[in-house]
Amino acid sequence: MDTSEFDEVMVEFITESRENLDDLDTALVTLEQHPDAGVIAKIFRSIHTIKGTSGFLGLRTLESVTHIGENLLSKMRDGAMPVTRENTTALLSMVDAVRAILDRVEATGAEGTETYASLIEELSRLNGADAFAATPAPAPDPEVAAPDTAVPDTQIAPTGSSTESVPDTAGSAPASAKRRTKEASVTPLKPRRVRSKRPAKKDDEVPAPTVEPPKLGEQLIDAGLIDAEQLDGALQQQDAGDPRHVGEILVEHEVIKPTDVVDALKAQTEDRPVANESIRVDVGLLDDLMNLVGELVLARNQILQYNASVFDPGFSATSQRLNLITSELQEGVMKTRMQPIDNIWNKFPRIVRDLSLACSKNARLEMEGKHTEVDKTLLEAIKDPLTHLIRNAIDHGLETPEVRMATGKPDEGVVRLSAYHEGGQVIIEIADDGAGIDANVIRRKAVQKGLLTADEAATRPDRDIVNVIFMPGFSTAEQVSNISGRGVGMDVVKTNIESIGGTVDVQTVVGRGTTFKVKIPLTLAIIPALLVRAGGERYAIPQVSLVELVRLDGESAVAGIESVQGAPVHRLRGKLLPLVYLNEVFGTTPAPADDAVNIVVVQSDDTQFGLVVDEISDTAEIVVKPLGRLLKGAAGFAGATIMGDGRVALILDLLGVSQLAGVNSTSAARAQAEAAAARAAETRTDRESILIVGIGERRFALPLAHVTRLEELPVASVRSAGDQRVVHYRDLILPLVSLADRLGISARPEDPEQLQVLVCGNGERSVGLIVDSVFDIVDERLDYSNRTESYGVVGTTVIAGEVTDVLDIRAFVAHDVLAASEAAA
Amino acid sequence: MSTTHAPNGTVAHAAVNLCTFRLHEFTIGIDVTLVQEVLNRQDATRIPLVSDVVHGLINLRGEIVTTIDLRRRLGLPQREADQPSMNVVIRTPDGPVALVVDQIGDVIDADENLFEFPPPTLSGPHREFVTGVFKLDDALLLLIDLDRVLDHTTFKIRTEMSS
Repeated sequence: MDTSEFDEVMVEFITESRENLDDLDTALVTLEQHPDAGVIAKIFRSIHTIKGTSGFLGLRTLESVTHIGENLLSKMRDGAMPVTRENTTALLSMVDAVRAILDRVEATGAEGTETYASLIEELSRLNGADAFAATPAPAPDPEVAAPDTAVPDTQIAPTGSSTESVPDTAGSAPASAKRRTKEASVTPLKPRRVRSKRPAKKDDEVPAPTVEPPKLGEQLIDAGLIDAEQLDGALQQQDAGDPRHVGEILVEHEVIKPTDVVDALKAQTEDRPVANESIRVDVGLLDDLMNLVGELVLARNQILQYNASVFDPGFSATSQRLNLITSELQEGVMKTRMQPIDNIWNKFPRIVRDLSLACSKNARLEMEGKHTEVDKTLLEAIKDPLTHLIRNAIDHGLETPEVRMATGKPDEGVVRLSAYHEGGQVIIEIADDGAGIDANVIRRKAVQKGLLTADEAATRPDRDIVNVIFMPGFSTAEQVSNISGRGVGMDVVKTNIESIGGTVDVQTVVGRGTTFKVKIPLTLAIIPALLVRAGGERYAIPQVSLVELVRLDGESAVAGIESVQGAPVHRLRGKLLPLVYLNEVFGTTPAPADDAVNIVVVQSDDTQFGLVVDEISDTAEIVVKPLGRLLKGAAGFAGATIMGDGRVALILDLLGVSQLAGVNSTSAARAQAEAAAARAAETRTDRESILIVGIGERRFALPLAHVTRLEELPVASVRSAGDQRVVHYRDLILPLVSLADRLGISARPEDPEQLQVLVCGNGERSVGLIVDSVFDIVDERLDYSNRTESYGVVGTTVIAGEVTDVLDIRAFVAHDVLAASEAAA
Repeated sequence: MSTTHAPNGTVAHAAVNLCTFRLHEFTIGIDVTLVQEVLNRQDATRIPLVSDVVHGLINLRGEIVTTIDLRRRLGLPQREADQPSMNVVIRTPDGPVALVVDQIGDVIDADENLFEFPPPTLSGPHREFVTGVFKLDDALLLLIDLDRVLDHTTFKIRTEMSS
């Protein structure tokens, strides 16, 4: 046989078998949960194809392993053998063995010396649970026309021995035991005869729909590849004692090519599609195509730009056409690289099964959105992170069945995978209904491991704390298991996902479960982006991160930017948007301002911030090119691209920029989003009346409950008693405190003749606080996000669309006075 | 072929083929086989927050190439604003890198007999990059170690960006 042709057949066999094997894992696990004849038949067919071809290719070990497995499967298909955990485990091990053999064949060209004796023995034992079948392997293929009439007595001999093994399997396979007991109740002789007939019949019927018709020889005749004479010759040679298969003999006689035999073997077991609608293409070729399309997109952009500068209707029409064709070509080539996420998900049922057995947990895997398509490169990149998250969900997430029952949950835990497209991204969620993550446990561990200071741990909100699991060196597993808990993992998951421009986020409810949300871009190669200018250079901002554009001009350019503790913010529809000046971050000189402020509102991780740039130019499709090795570690850039004018522009990495600017995920923005969410969830009863007052040019808020009355007193009535200003009020001497003085703000009373006084306390225990003006009383939940260090202020919030500081009233009024006013209220 | 010259400065044959260029007041040579091409002055895109040794990024027929300001790299005085410059594109295992130099010179066959290790009196920041000197008739030609020049781990971090 021609070596190269043989190699070709071998390579194709290995590739196809691998694909089949991947499906097999899933199918076997499905089968274990929901026995289904169709699934068994499918598994049977896959194994049969591998067995048939391996026999033909001279892979004897592979043939014997699959042969024995096939026998077991054939019994399961006929209902002669139940689907049990034991059977499934053995079949899964067989799949692993097949995989290992294929790997060796690919690497060394030979099967190696491992014979898988114990696996074959185990499969034989399971096979033997039924009277028939401990056929010595390798056995002749059905198509070799094994004489099925007159089964000699010797073949029945194993029957006796395997009857003895019945009690052995009975324990693990109650269903089959039951069926067998029925048969066993008949006299010992009879069943033997019955069985001796059944297998013979089985050989006829069982593989019948899939294996028997048409036989290989007949099929080759039908295909016009050989004639009846040649077949007869081969069959005679076989009868004369040639142990080889018909196909092999024919190839040796150079009647047919090996590929024909393989095709025929395949056709025997597969329902061939009417026409071959798909072809195999080398991934490298697709990568090259993608690169070329990238170059084409750049050239197209340059032509479009040139077109804008000349007036030539003919050229303009052609370039428009070029534009359209390029876009369609780009889309088409991208599609060729898209693969359903199921290509990696199909490994997970097996992982879940094996893991839950290993951890003595009861887990069910649910998958939704299997057909969601993702770029091949990205798919490869998320495979390991997803596997890790699934392992974690089972090992750490789900509780043992006992614990689950005790907490009133069904003993079977559910791990739910879902994938969908949203806003140009692919979202993958891995959710379990396990114990959830207890923020306090994380706090303790984080402090123990020195990842956080006790102070940080105490003050950070739960949501931030939970994200500590993504920090390097963190692991909560009390005991290091061989599955997880070495303290490496989640940080690697996060790094891997971020390296492809994705994000990962965790949401957890103690006792209810944990959900990991992975967001990845659709593709990496060509992305839509917004072009901006800062410090004389152009930068591209990936459109995925873009939220909105805000332009402040005229007066609002000055008034629209406020400062919270020195950090610039813009009030965007009532929310504080932290501002990042790109020029400041990069240390570049701003272009002469046209007194307008251009804000690009972007989303990075979970943080929203406003990027202030010199100019917002345009949107464009850009081709992402990596930065060279010399620029490794350049923070803030995700790559570079070539613009329509041929110059290079850097692509901003917003996560990096936000880190450079100190706007990170633990910052105000997230706390605010959280507060907003909490507010929305809150019922009205949680709101309180808040008094809003003005001092100087600032607005302050304080709970109305602390104030007994609001009074307007004439300035003239103020007297001095020692160093204390007092006023005669309701037959009492009311001490006065000027908040403006205490806060170090210059007062700007609306009416210089009248004092606006907030009276706190009751009776003798009263204090009057002087403010400039009383604005409003609103019903709202008073939560402030920015803890500040300044005296008399506990934080900043937005009330009725205005930045408002929250007064720390305890700084001005004694405790018992406050108690008195609350009592009075 | 007479151009086997390892970047570490050892010269294996009698004559070496060197690509020469002017930089500040020096004439510098590098192995001509490492030179991919020479470009006229290019408008480079500057990269904030990286070492000022990195001059910027240029588009070389669709490929993005990092340019290195060789004057800064060797610690020489900066070029005057109106002074011309050129790019010498070097092949490296990680793709091309461009060196910004003042002016490109000839490709010469340097006689090994004229080679000398750097004199101990040679001082200044560029000392660490010079592996040897060719005593040419009209000038001294400094041989520089490109591996060391392009070792980004020794790039100095820029403190501010010039505009």
